[in-house]
Amino acid sequence: MTDELPRTGAAKDAVGETQSAAGEPLLRIEGIAKTFGTFRAVDGVSLDIKAGEFFALLGPSGCGKTTLLRMLAGFEAPDEGRILLGGKDIAQALPHERPINMMFQNYALFPHLSVHDNIAFGLKRAGMARTDIATRVAEMVALVKLDGLEKRKPDQLSGGQRQRVALARALARRPRLLLLDEPLAALDKKLRESTQGELMELQRRLGMTFIIVTHDQEEAMTMASRIGVMRDGKLAQVASPRELYEAPRSRWIAEFVGDVNLFDGEFKLRDGHHLVIATQGAGTLMVAEPREPVGEGRLSVAIRPEKVKLSRRGPVGEIGHAAAINRLEGVIADICYLGGTTTYKVKLGAGGTVQAAVANSARLEADSYSLDQHVVAWFTPDDCVVLPS
Amino acid sequence: MRKISRLSRFNIASLALGLAFLYLPILILVIYSFNASRLVTVWGGWSLRWYHELFNDRAMIEAAWMSLRVAVSSATIATLLGTLAAVALSRGERFRGRTLFSGMLYAPLVMPEVIAGLSLLLLFVALNAERGFWTVTIAHTTLTMCFVAVVVQSRLSSLDRSLEEAAMDLGCDPLRAFVAVTLPLIAPSIVAGWMLAFTLSLDDLVIASFTTGPGSATLPIRIYSEVRLGVKPEINAICTLVIALIAMVIVIASLASKLSSSQGESAAPL
Amino acid sequence: MSARRIFARPARLAAIVPYVWMVLFFLVPFGFVLKISLSQTAIAQPPYEPVFDLTAGWAALKPAFAALSIDNFSLLASDDIYVFAYVRSLTVAVTATALLLLIGYPIAYGMARLPKRWQAVAMVLVIVPFWTSFLIRIYAWINILQHDGLLNQILLALHLVSQPVVWLSTDSAMYIGIVYSYLPFMILPLYATLAKMEPALEEAASDLGAPPWQVFWLVTFPLSLPGVGAGVLLCFIPIVGEFVIPDLLAGSNSLMIGQTLWLEFFTNKDWPVASAAAIVLLMVLLVPLLLYERLQKRQLEQGR
Repeated sequence: MTDELPRTGAAKDAVGETQSAAGEPLLRIEGIAKTFGTFRAVDGVSLDIKAGEFFALLGPSGCGKTTLLRMLAGFEAPDEGRILLGGKDIAQALPHERPINMMFQNYALFPHLSVHDNIAFGLKRAGMARTDIATRVAEMVALVKLDGLEKRKPDQLSGGQRQRVALARALARRPRLLLLDEPLAALDKKLRESTQGELMELQRRLGMTFIIVTHDQEEAMTMASRIGVMRDGKLAQVASPRELYEAPRSRWIAEFVGDVNLFDGEFKLRDGHHLVIATQGAGTLMVAEPREPVGEGRLSVAIRPEKVKLSRRGPVGEIGHAAAINRLEGVIADICYLGGTTTYKVKLGAGGTVQAAVANSARLEADSYSLDQHVVAWFTPDDCVVLPS
Repeated sequence: MRKISRLSRFNIASLALGLAFLYLPILILVIYSFNASRLVTVWGGWSLRWYHELFNDRAMIEAAWMSLRVAVSSATIATLLGTLAAVALSRGERFRGRTLFSGMLYAPLVMPEVIAGLSLLLLFVALNAERGFWTVTIAHTTLTMCFVAVVVQSRLSSLDRSLEEAAMDLGCDPLRAFVAVTLPLIAPSIVAGWMLAFTLSLDDLVIASFTTGPGSATLPIRIYSEVRLGVKPEINAICTLVIALIAMVIVIASLASKLSSSQGESAAPL
Repeated sequence: MSARRIFARPARLAAIVPYVWMVLFFLVPFGFVLKISLSQTAIAQPPYEPVFDLTAGWAALKPAFAALSIDNFSLLASDDIYVFAYVRSLTVAVTATALLLLIGYPIAYGMARLPKRWQAVAMVLVIVPFWTSFLIRIYAWINILQHDGLLNQILLALHLVSQPVVWLSTDSAMYIGIVYSYLPFMILPLYATLAKMEPALEEAASDLGAPPWQVFWLVTFPLSLPGVGAGVLLCFIPIVGEFVIPDLLAGSNSLMIGQTLWLEFFTNKDWPVASAAAIVLLMVLLVPLLLYERLQKRQLEQGR
């Protein structure tokens, strides 16, 4: 399989463009499972990943995302299922036999080797000619902007620089698939944000396929074109960031990805395109009929805080006249100023609480509300998502 | 405001006294080896007289040469075997006979030397082996490889396993990953292991007494029989030389390990 | 885990040679000790019988087995010399270990309180004497403790004593020698646990109103117990079988078991009794040995 390696042409052709054209995914995971003792770390995951995708595996710690990644890299052998890379089953292949490289969470830079030798490490194993190695390393060093640091040892580098070396080392072999295990977890917030941008830029430019594992949903949303949310060893939902946020498939996902107001209730009746649901804390709510039918009976209504509007008297303007609108009256119980937005907690007359995130679009306080003030929180049925309880 | 120090006066005093207790006797011994007087306790001025006499003591020189040969060869074999054992214990996961293996490796660390010496002698007698250089070397290898195994194993188990995984990810099979990544990183502890084995062998009296044959005494055996007869200035001199040799080995080895790796983590001998 | 399994297979192969070596030169010899401890003394070469002659086949082995006896063990149990030797060995080991703990703990504690950079230096300073020869260190004390040695000279000069004190061939000399030789073995495990301890724990205790001595007794000391255990075992076990130190520094009126064994073996040429003494010594030490092994295993194999 190392026949992939000595390619020296433009990095673009490292990815089988033809395969995606033929509709065949680059990577197909078929029902793989892994058990440690009695703990089922990965429990029947199936997933297709196309060439050129930036895919994120998102989930809380212990959900099995790292085990899944390690099975792709070859550090764990699945107990069941197949892993097809370009149509070939690699589930039982050893790590060094796979055209897949990994960027480790703690970077795993070889402390006894210089930056240059770290990057050249994989190329030497592939039996590349000396001059080719030199060219490739120089190329990689330029790519991750590490010029001038080639002779340094890892412990003489900053956290951000180490991260770049790890990236360059993993990319140097031009893998068909790059796995990134929490690649930004060790960086501070500012550096993490700029590095996110650089990683995306790099992935687009090289046209490579990246699979990233992260527990940080913001990071996954920012970078990935598609996200697989994992829970208890299973894929809970695979969707684009937008879909994941706006149309979560379960209560758990709605709560895991972003903030959300959830009202448990019971189906009452169907009114045209709307369902009417009697909730415990927020009275009767109207929600748009979901694309996938949910059963009748116990349901939950989810509404994102930024979609809840506040006003002193109720909805105004054109929307205000629409018949189908959810109006909830209450008093401000808590105010949390976050800079760009302010989150208000409104204690509803019906007993529940709703959170509203209001953009601070003006510098002066004219528009803001004060504690104990009486307000109306309102939102349209289209902004709600109805979920099985 | 005064910065509150974690180091109390009591701490400093106990440290200073402890170190003095450890070093003063050795220092006194070294100083007295240069004493011109035959009476060990009367200071008669500086002199190299006892070193002179020492170099004319053929038996002592032969014993020293024997000890050196045994120490170098047993330390080398022990380092090889001990490193292999450490690799098996820290990377071999579970295997049949593992408990017995680790038991056999850890027990000699504290096992009274008289037992080890006696049991090996009985083996050599039963095998009808001619006792001398090789029997002592085998005995010392058996004891010291356990120390090497512990030193190397403690380094191996503190080594980040993802380094080996990274090497495999970058195209190494397990053996090459070990040679290219693990071995250079544990090299300082292997060096430390060799040094430890060397000094333990050079130092051993009891096991050597049991396992050596007539006419091939090691240095400690020779020193011991002299010491039993009383203090002699010559013994001070040979002891000083041994200390100097060991100090040299330590300095060279620590310099070498410092040069070979920029990685700070040095391996402690225990 | 299979990443580990990938490594595990070649790693296990590495066990073969050291395994065979240890079985051959550590385990099998115990078999010989056991066998000879059940044999009779003989004036022969080797000085015991029956001698197993493996070439003679099973027929010849049978009477050899029949000739084995536990006489040597009954001798050990009935002869006061041996019983006293075991009791003395254990008493000396307990006393010396207690002394070592008492002296070693403050030193280890002081080391752990040093600034990080100085800790490394202090550790080297404690280890280096350990590298210099054991025998030489005992000899150094003979120099100091002898009749007209440095200690007596100083005591006389300070008029603390009017006549030279007899130090050599006393128990005090032996204890000094043991403490001196084993001190690094006590300090290092203690230091290792004390240095790993979170300083915030002690700070939290004093923040919650504990005076320094309570901070020590209620927080520091309990947390350092694993180190205490390691240090105690590391010293206690070999001291029980110690030979050189009591031989050179203590008097000859009461012997430790290591000395008795040596005497039986080299002077009396009674190999069977020496072997039986070794077997009993091993039995006495079995529990601490197993404890030590478990400790060592936990420390090395479960990482830190």
